[in-house]
Amino acid sequence: MDIGLLGQYVINGLMLGMMYALVAVGFTLFFGVLNVIQFSHGDVLMVGSFVGYTAILALAAIGIDNPIIELLGALLASVGVVALLGALIARYLVLPLRSSPPLNTLLITLMLGTVLRESVRLFFPDGSNPKRFPALLPDEAFTFGSFTLRVDSLMLLIAGLLLIVALHLVINRTRLGLAIRAVAQDEETAMTMGINFRLVVLVTFAIGSGVAAFAGVMNGLYYNEINFGNGLLLGVIGFAAAIIGGLGSIYGAILGGFLFAALQTIGSVALPFASAYKDVFAFAVVIVLMAWRPTGLIAERTSERV
Amino acid sequence: MQNNLIYRIPVLGRLSESNLSLFAGLLAALLTTGFAIWFLKAENEYVIGFLLALAVAVTLGVSRLGGLGYVGRAFSDHEKLMNGAAVCGVLALAAVFREDHFTLLMIAIVLLYMLAGLGLTIQFGYLGLVNLSGASFLGVGAYTSAVLLAHTAVPPLLVLVIGGVMSALVGCLLVLPVLRTKGHYSAVVTIAFAILFMSFLQVNDTLGGPQGLATGEMALFGWGFNTGIELENGFYGSFYLNYLLLALALLVIAFALVKRLERSWIGLSMDAVRLDETAAACYGLSIARWKVVGFTLGNFLIGMAGALYAMMLGFIAPANFSFGDSLILVSIVLLGGIGNPWGLAVAAAIVVILPEKLQMIQEYRFLLFAGLVVLVLLFRPDGLLPRGMRNYIPGGGARS
Repeated sequence: MDIGLLGQYVINGLMLGMMYALVAVGFTLFFGVLNVIQFSHGDVLMVGSFVGYTAILALAAIGIDNPIIELLGALLASVGVVALLGALIARYLVLPLRSSPPLNTLLITLMLGTVLRESVRLFFPDGSNPKRFPALLPDEAFTFGSFTLRVDSLMLLIAGLLLIVALHLVINRTRLGLAIRAVAQDEETAMTMGINFRLVVLVTFAIGSGVAAFAGVMNGLYYNEINFGNGLLLGVIGFAAAIIGGLGSIYGAILGGFLFAALQTIGSVALPFASAYKDVFAFAVVIVLMAWRPTGLIAERTSERV
Repeated sequence: MQNNLIYRIPVLGRLSESNLSLFAGLLAALLTTGFAIWFLKAENEYVIGFLLALAVAVTLGVSRLGGLGYVGRAFSDHEKLMNGAAVCGVLALAAVFREDHFTLLMIAIVLLYMLAGLGLTIQFGYLGLVNLSGASFLGVGAYTSAVLLAHTAVPPLLVLVIGGVMSALVGCLLVLPVLRTKGHYSAVVTIAFAILFMSFLQVNDTLGGPQGLATGEMALFGWGFNTGIELENGFYGSFYLNYLLLALALLVIAFALVKRLERSWIGLSMDAVRLDETAAACYGLSIARWKVVGFTLGNFLIGMAGALYAMMLGFIAPANFSFGDSLILVSIVLLGGIGNPWGLAVAAAIVVILPEKLQMIQEYRFLLFAGLVVLVLLFRPDGLLPRGMRNYIPGGGARS
């Protein structure tokens, strides 16, 4: 295999990995503060990409066709609406179920995901067909021999990286981040220290969902197509990535996201069987990894309280 | 003490509470059968809507007056009689609709979903093992039967068993990760398997790819199931009647098995494992052993249901066994009340028959059921018919 083609695969893999990592970060943030899995996260992402799409159409309808404004409008609308959606999910579905078994939260959010997915399919105009997402980023490309680097991929990668860095700073350098980490460590102690537990939970859900919305718009820009069913697979992959990394660890989630993308890329390129089996391969490796490290690669360091 | 209470009812005279509950239970079984016949016969959407409203109103009214308690006691005190009544109810339905292909198919699908639901009940209700790939195990059974019937001369009845065994064997691949992981981590294992299985079916050309496979028919003692029943006295029955009766027979066996299992020391051990693994281990129960036994047995039942399902439909495709279908199976178990086999009957009937009867909601069915499960989880987390207290003294009556 020549080096240019290899570079192409690496860029594609990085792109996928970035999206998975952004989804996985949400799972791990939610798990950190509440010890629950918000399984509708993937569908929340899909809602994000549809909100962004609608915003672009709306801006175009009132006569604005500057791609930068359109892009900013789409991002703002999508992140804002979806952050609100995330907070609402936390307030009305996740928090009320805190005293019931964790399985119920998993199921209720799984079902909510179906509700979101079906609602978009049934109630969004012509929602059952894939939508063409407008290409707003410059479509130039650098060519180095057989290796083509598209500018839009590069911009998306950099944007994703910046978002991860920003998230890292928020978690580690701000009072809000301190509160989130405190709640994640021990909610009762955090409450006695004067931290508003409900507010922290709602804000965390808003942040996590906002990040997913960003990933949703990114997904639309990269593939130039959005579909009501996109969210489920992305959600499952994000969840798997968060789990491989070890729930509760943000860096684990990012690692897991890139690892999963690497598995898919290896599955489609380097292995002897047909590339159609790439998902089969990636999920099989996930199952094996779970058997090997039952609580993820970066394991939770807690002993069970009886 | 309770048995000494005597009730005076004008028509029936003096009845002990136990007999009163038996009477209530039989009446409920009779009414339910009658209602089911009326409902399945109804064509007009307004009539169906009226019947649904009637059912909800009557159920709510009776439960307000405390009548459901009697029905519940009938099921615990006079179990054999009530089980017989339920079977008679299904047989009555089958007799009434013997010529109606579509209705029979629906009833048979309800029975098979119940059979699969029983498997999930063992895993989910007794052991607390989350299996979010129920439809995949259904698919393993279905594809096994399709391949065996097409390429070998294995007798179809044996194919059913092999379908179950295959499903259990495939489940064994997952046993190690399922045993080692807990809670959310184990949920991801089964979800990953569901997606893996689905994409495997879609890309595997030997198994028909996305188009699927045609399956052979069930046959017993040389009697092909895909021919209608015609007797000399002019009796005619649709060929689905064959499948319905076989599904009913399988269900009765599995039901009896699961009920016995629940009541025995095995069920007690499984309950202990679910409620508190650490405590159960301290009392000398082998967590791993019970989980393996329960998981495998559950998958066996699901696989068997899948094998018969494939023969009955005559054609299977990957789309029948998607992750969404696994979620539907889980909703059935949850909606009915985790761990209560009778709840499965109610939930499976709602989930299968309602969308077929109300064509206008057909398009919205995933939305509606998902919404329904969300509401049930929020407001009635134990399901429609919650599992009752364990009856520790058989024959001693339920002392609440």
